[in-house]
Amino acid sequence: MSENENDTLQTPSPKKSRPMTRKRRRLYIVLIAMGFLFAAGALVLSALRDNLVFFYSPTEILEREIQPGQRIRIGGLVEEASVVQASGEVSVMFRVTDLTQTIPVVFTGVLPDLFREGQGVIAEGSLNEDGVFQATNVLAKHDENYMPPEVAEALKKSGRWQEGAEMNGENGENAAP
Amino acid sequence: MIAEIGHFSLILAFVLAIIQGTLPLIGAGRRDKGRDNFGWTGLARPAAIGQFLFISMAFLSLTISFITSDFSLSVVVANSNSALPLLYKVSAVWGNHEGSMLLWVFILSLFGLCVVVFGKNLPLGLRARVLSIQGLISVGFLLFILFTSNPFLRLDPAPFDGRDLNPLLQDPGLAFHPPFLYLGYVGFSMAFSFAVAALIEGRVDPAWARWVRPWTLAAWCALTLGIGLGSWWAYYELGWGGFWFWDPVENASLIPWLAGTALLHSATVVEKRDAMKSWTVLLAILTFSLSLIGTFLVRSGVLTSVHSFATDPTRGVFILALLIVTIGGSLILFAWRAPALKPGGMFAPVSREGFLLLNNLLLSCAAGTVLIGTLYPLFLDAVGGDKVSVGPPFFNATFLPIAVPLVLAMVIGPLLSWKRGDLRQALRRLSVVAVLTLTCVAAILFYDRGGQPLAALGIGMAAWLFFGTATELVQRLRIGRIPAIESWRRAAHQPRAYYGMVLAHAGLAVVIAGITGGSMWRSEHIQAQHIGETVEVAGYNFTLTTVEAETGPNYTMDTARIEVSKKGRNITTLSPEKRIYDVSAMPTTEAAIHSSLKGDLYVALGDQQIFDTGEEAWTTRIWFNPLVPWIWAGVLIMVLGGLVSLADRRHRIGAPRRATERTAERTAVRR
Repeated sequence: MSENENDTLQTPSPKKSRPMTRKRRRLYIVLIAMGFLFAAGALVLSALRDNLVFFYSPTEILEREIQPGQRIRIGGLVEEASVVQASGEVSVMFRVTDLTQTIPVVFTGVLPDLFREGQGVIAEGSLNEDGVFQATNVLAKHDENYMPPEVAEALKKSGRWQEGAEMNGENGENAAP
Repeated sequence: MIAEIGHFSLILAFVLAIIQGTLPLIGAGRRDKGRDNFGWTGLARPAAIGQFLFISMAFLSLTISFITSDFSLSVVVANSNSALPLLYKVSAVWGNHEGSMLLWVFILSLFGLCVVVFGKNLPLGLRARVLSIQGLISVGFLLFILFTSNPFLRLDPAPFDGRDLNPLLQDPGLAFHPPFLYLGYVGFSMAFSFAVAALIEGRVDPAWARWVRPWTLAAWCALTLGIGLGSWWAYYELGWGGFWFWDPVENASLIPWLAGTALLHSATVVEKRDAMKSWTVLLAILTFSLSLIGTFLVRSGVLTSVHSFATDPTRGVFILALLIVTIGGSLILFAWRAPALKPGGMFAPVSREGFLLLNNLLLSCAAGTVLIGTLYPLFLDAVGGDKVSVGPPFFNATFLPIAVPLVLAMVIGPLLSWKRGDLRQALRRLSVVAVLTLTCVAAILFYDRGGQPLAALGIGMAAWLFFGTATELVQRLRIGRIPAIESWRRAAHQPRAYYGMVLAHAGLAVVIAGITGGSMWRSEHIQAQHIGETVEVAGYNFTLTTVEAETGPNYTMDTARIEVSKKGRNITTLSPEKRIYDVSAMPTTEAAIHSSLKGDLYVALGDQQIFDTGEEAWTTRIWFNPLVPWIWAGVLIMVLGGLVSLADRRHRIGAPRRATERTAERTAVRR
C-alpha cells in the first residue's frame, strides 16, 4: 500500500488536473462514504423514531394507559363466541384476550383465512375514545397450529400458558384439529 | 432402504467435504512455496465431483421417498400426503426445513461441479483453493444437516398417511421459488470462495474479476428471478392485493440482492480498471455473509412466517455458530490480508469508476438500512426491550431517499468515460431525456390532481431511467446520424455485456413504473355482494353471478363467477376460489386476476353471509391494480439482461490469461 503513496494521476489533458495523490484520493472517498453513512444513519434513526409500532397484550394496554390514536399492535387469543358480523356489513367485531384482560376490536375488511375463535391473532391499529380497538390490519398467520410468538409471550405473562402444550396447539386453540 | 442409501451418501459426502476443505488448501500452500505438495492440490477436483455425486444421491433418495410417499420417514409424514399431486410431492422435498437444507448443499455441490467443468482454465492453485473453501462451507452445512436436521429420520411405527404439505405452498409459483432463491444465495458462495482464495494468495487482478463475474452474474439472475417469483406468489396467493410487504422474510432475500448488485458493478471496475480491489473482495465476503444471514433469519425460527420451519433451538444456535465462524473468519482474514493487496488504478471522482463507486455506496447504504430495519425488532427483543414491529412506513422512508439518487446516477454513469469523465458534456447529452422526464412528471401531476405527489416522482424516475438508457444506446450506435447500415455494424460490435446492462437498467425502469402504479393508484373495494349485484371499481363493473361448491384433487372449494364489463362491453369472467384442503382443513384464498398492459383486475372471495331476512351475500374484495404486470415483465427483462451479459464472449473464451498477457489484455479492453 505504501510503495505508491506519491503516485499522481496521469491525465491526457493537464489543463484542469491538479496532482492528486493516492492518499488524498482515498481521503476524499472515505469522507464521501462517511457522509453517506451519516446521512443513511440519520435517515434510519428518524424513520425508526416515527415508524415503530409497539406490541402490547390486552393487560399491558390497560396497565400502561395507552393513549387513543397511538398506532400499536395488540395480540392475544380471539375470545370464544365473541365474533359478531353485523348483518350485511363487512365490519367485524371480536374481542382479543390474554385470558386475564379483554379488549374489544372492530375491523372493516376481510379477515385472514386462518382467523378463528380461540386462536392466536395480532391486530394493528389504534384505540378510539371508547377504548375500542380500531384495527386496520389483522394477522393470523399461515399455519393452523401457529401461535404468534408475541401472543405466546402475552399468555405466558398472564400466567395462562400451558408449558409443553405449544407443539400440539393446545393453548386455547380449541378450534384447531 | 432408499432412505438409508441417502443417509449414508450424506455421511460419505461429509467425509469427502472434510478432505476437499483441507488437503487441497494445504497442498496449494506448499506448492506456492515450491515444496512437494503430495499431489494434494489435485485432490480438489475428484473430491468436488465425488461430493456432487454423493449429495445428489442423497437428494435423489429423498425425492424418491417423497414421490413414493414413504411414510416411514418423518419429513415425508409431516409434509406430504398420498393425495398430493405429483408436482407438489416433488416441491414438498424442499418445502420443509430438512429438505431445504439438503437442497442448499445440493446446489453448493452443483456449483463445485461447475468449477470443475467450466474452470479448466483456472490456475491450479486458485482452483484448488476455491474448491477447498467451497468444501469448508459444505462441511459446516452437512454437519448441520446430519446432527440437527436429518431428513432421513425414520418413524416407527409408520403412520398410514401424511399430514400434507402446507396448502399455501401447493402452488406452482412457490414450487420453484426456493430453488431459484437458493441458486442465488449459494451462487454468491462462489464469489466468496474466490475472494477468500484471492486473500490467501494475496492477489486480486482483472483476470480474477473476470473469473468471479460470471458466477456472480449467474447468482444474481437466479436471485432476481427467485425474488420475483416470491413476490408474484405473495401477490396472487395471499389475496391481499399487494406484491411486497417488507416482511422480514422478503427483506432477507432483498438484502443479499442489493449487495450482490453492488458486487456485480464493483467487479466491473476491477476487471476494466484494476481499481477498487479490496472493496470488491470485502463486498464479495459481505454478499455471501448476507445470504447466510438471510438463510439463518428465515430458517432458524427467529422470524415466524410460512418459511420458518425450525423451532428447535439447537438448530438456531448451530446456525448462529456457523455464521460467526464463516463471517468472522473471513472478515479477520480480510483485515489481515487485504493491506497486502497491491493498490489499483487511480480515477477522478467524476468518472465511470467514480459513479460505480457511488452506486456501490448507495446500494450498500440501502442494504444496510433494510438490514437494520429487519434486525431492530429482534435486537430490541433480545436485550429485553419492548416488542415492536418495523413496517412498510420505515422502509419507504429510508429506502426511497436512497433509491432516487441511485436512479439518477444510473443514467449519468454509463455516459462518463473511465478514469476521468466530463459531467457537463454528459448532462448536455441528457437534455432530451430531462425534457421527456419532466413532461411525464407534468402529465402525471396534471392528470392525477389531488393524488400523491410520490406517484409523479416514481414515474419520473422510471422515465428518466428508461429514456436515459435508450438515449445512451441511440447515441452509442449513432442511430440517425450515420447510415443505418453503419449503425447496424456498430450494434453488432458492441459486447453482449453492454446489451446486458441496457436490458437490466431498462427492466428496472419498467419495475419502478409497475411498483409506482401498483402502490399509488390502486383502488380497493370491500363489500358484501349479493348474487346478481354489480359493483363498480375504477370504471369496471363487477357482477357476481353464481357461487358454486366444487371439488379439486385434494380440496373442496367455493367458486364464484364474476362478470367484468366496461361501458357495457364484456371483458372477462373471473373465478376466485375459496379452498379448504381435505387433510389439513386449512382454508386458502385463490384470487382471480385479469391482467392487461393497463393493470390487473383482481378479485378475492371472502366468507358467505346470511342476512336476517334469509338473503345470502358474499364478501368480495375487488382491486384495480394499475401497472402491476409491469413489475413481473420488468423482472424478466432484468433477468434476460443478466443472461445476455453472461453470454458475453469474454466469459467464454480468453478468461485464463493472467500476468504475462495482462498488458496486451488491457490495451484490448481499452476500446
